[in-house]
Amino acid sequence: MSSLAIKNLTKEYGRTVVLHNINLEIQAGEFVVLVGPSGCGKSTTLRLIAGLEEVTGGTIEIGGHVVNDLEPKDRNIAMVFQNYAIYPHMTVRRNIGFGLRNSMKTRAERDARIEEVAGILGMTDLLPRKPSQLSGGQRQRVAIGRAMVRDPAVFLFDEPLSNLDAQLRTQMRLEIKKLHKRVGATIVFVTHDQIEAMTMADRIVIMKDGRIQQIGTPSELYHAPANIFVAGFIGSPSMNMIPGVASGGDVHLVGGVSLPIGIDGVDARNVTVGIRPEDLHPTDGPALFSGAVNVREPLGHETLIYVDTAFGEIIAKADGRAPPELGEKVNFNAAPKDIHIFDSESGAVLTRAC
Amino acid sequence: MAAFDGVQASSESVFERRVTRRKASLAQSMSWSILFFGGILTVMPIVYMISTSLKWPHEIYDVSLIPEEPHLENYTFVLEDGRFYGWFVNSLVIATITTISNVIFDSLVGYTLCKFRFPGRYVVFIAILSTLMIPTEMLVIPWYLMSQSFGWLDTHWGIMFPGLMTAFGTFLMKQFFETVPDDFIEAARVDGQNELQIWWSVAMPLVKPALAALAIFVFLGNWTAFIWPLIVTNSWEMYTLPVGLSTFADEADVAWELVMTGAAISTIPTLIVFLIFQRFIIRGVVMAGLKG
Repeated sequence: MSSLAIKNLTKEYGRTVVLHNINLEIQAGEFVVLVGPSGCGKSTTLRLIAGLEEVTGGTIEIGGHVVNDLEPKDRNIAMVFQNYAIYPHMTVRRNIGFGLRNSMKTRAERDARIEEVAGILGMTDLLPRKPSQLSGGQRQRVAIGRAMVRDPAVFLFDEPLSNLDAQLRTQMRLEIKKLHKRVGATIVFVTHDQIEAMTMADRIVIMKDGRIQQIGTPSELYHAPANIFVAGFIGSPSMNMIPGVASGGDVHLVGGVSLPIGIDGVDARNVTVGIRPEDLHPTDGPALFSGAVNVREPLGHETLIYVDTAFGEIIAKADGRAPPELGEKVNFNAAPKDIHIFDSESGAVLTRAC
Repeated sequence: MAAFDGVQASSESVFERRVTRRKASLAQSMSWSILFFGGILTVMPIVYMISTSLKWPHEIYDVSLIPEEPHLENYTFVLEDGRFYGWFVNSLVIATITTISNVIFDSLVGYTLCKFRFPGRYVVFIAILSTLMIPTEMLVIPWYLMSQSFGWLDTHWGIMFPGLMTAFGTFLMKQFFETVPDDFIEAARVDGQNELQIWWSVAMPLVKPALAALAIFVFLGNWTAFIWPLIVTNSWEMYTLPVGLSTFADEADVAWELVMTGAAISTIPTLIVFLIFQRFIIRGVVMAGLKG
């Protein structure tokens, strides 16, 4: 395992700039997830690390060595592709051992390594089979096995779980995480699924339009989003966004409700107030929002309720056993620490007054 | 009234169903008849060839399909004629080498044009395709002059060289390599394989049906080639089978029974090649069906 450093990385296709000055330091053994919507540049970043695309500007270092001009095979990386890319005409054994063909190992050593990897992934019995005889999850494991067998410096995963059904995805998520713990490899994992990112990553890199929006642990991103995009992207259901105005250090919602927080150095500016659904608590006292329940989505342990308020539709979470009735009027409040204030123009989070 | 309507409606639907069924059976018998007719048209020349090869010279202009006195003398004569054996070997060597050459080089070029991004790729592809528009008859003179200057006249190499690579084969293989996902190629690159290894062990096995089709086309094309081998060869030792068989016909007479016998024997290798490679085509179709 090795560290990975990306410095001022840019990528252009003709006149289109798809990556703008990306900077990222990944420690050896760290599990980093690149997440973002389609077209945000996450897969391009991964392909640049792999050497499958040429870098336009900046450097990529693996284990302290600049690898910009090295071929993929010389970078000591392994990659798991979205559609697994396991070869249908080869058995599982040959698929896993494919990366060892050019190694200096003897046949016996190669076989031993294949058996070892198959053992770790629990698929020794599957070695003589062809991919067409495997289930989706087993194919995924073969792809991971092929990546593991060479013991690479960095593992790259390009949306490897997106072709699996929901249950299998959860299972494989756990398996990859366990595998990371066991092997201790440096992993860069690309996904568009924020739940995958939150559950697997040591650190998450959120990208949009070829720019990094925020880098942080799942908890940092969730509790202290750097901008409106991150706040809206992380968390399901999304954070409620309500328009407001900051003036004289105070924040007022558009309807005139004053929020119990202050903002430093900002005056007469449109702001966006963000509150996560689970941070809205029913109250009998003075309320920030009130309205009638419009839609209920029971999830078992909790029920999502969509409430029509003066500020538009607000999503809140209610107890799964005794949720409010449809049409019932509910009042909500939120603790000051759970209220996020963003500049509506730049989208950046605003510093609060202490 | 309502009940009456119901009865009427149901009898109408039964009637409609009968008409539909009759139409369907009519369409089916039509298509069977056309297929039967097509089948007869295709098989007749072969049957006639075999029938003629079993006839004596005096009855070859008799249109009857069944020989009066069927015999194998023609086969004995042709096979004992030392020349026939030589022509057969010439044809086999030429068709085999050109087939192997096409399978390797057409697919190499097709793969390169399909999976590599380089300036001028499209121009090269169009240039290769454009050669398909030039008829063989136009190329024969330049080929001949080339062969003459290189000293290839009346040699195996001279017969083979125009067919060692074909634009059609390159085009066919390029189109088939399009079906190989780029991820397969990239995964192999990341796994440390060089480009030749990727082409040979990843891409080629995935286009086996196309390779089989190409092998059949090329083998048949070269096995039956007539004009160029006729022009480039001078001595009967270098003749290929079709050229050699044509010598059974002279200005005065055509020994049709011998020509047909030679032709009948010469179909055997093509049948074998077809049977060998057809397996791959069918397997390819079956595999493609399973993928979904």
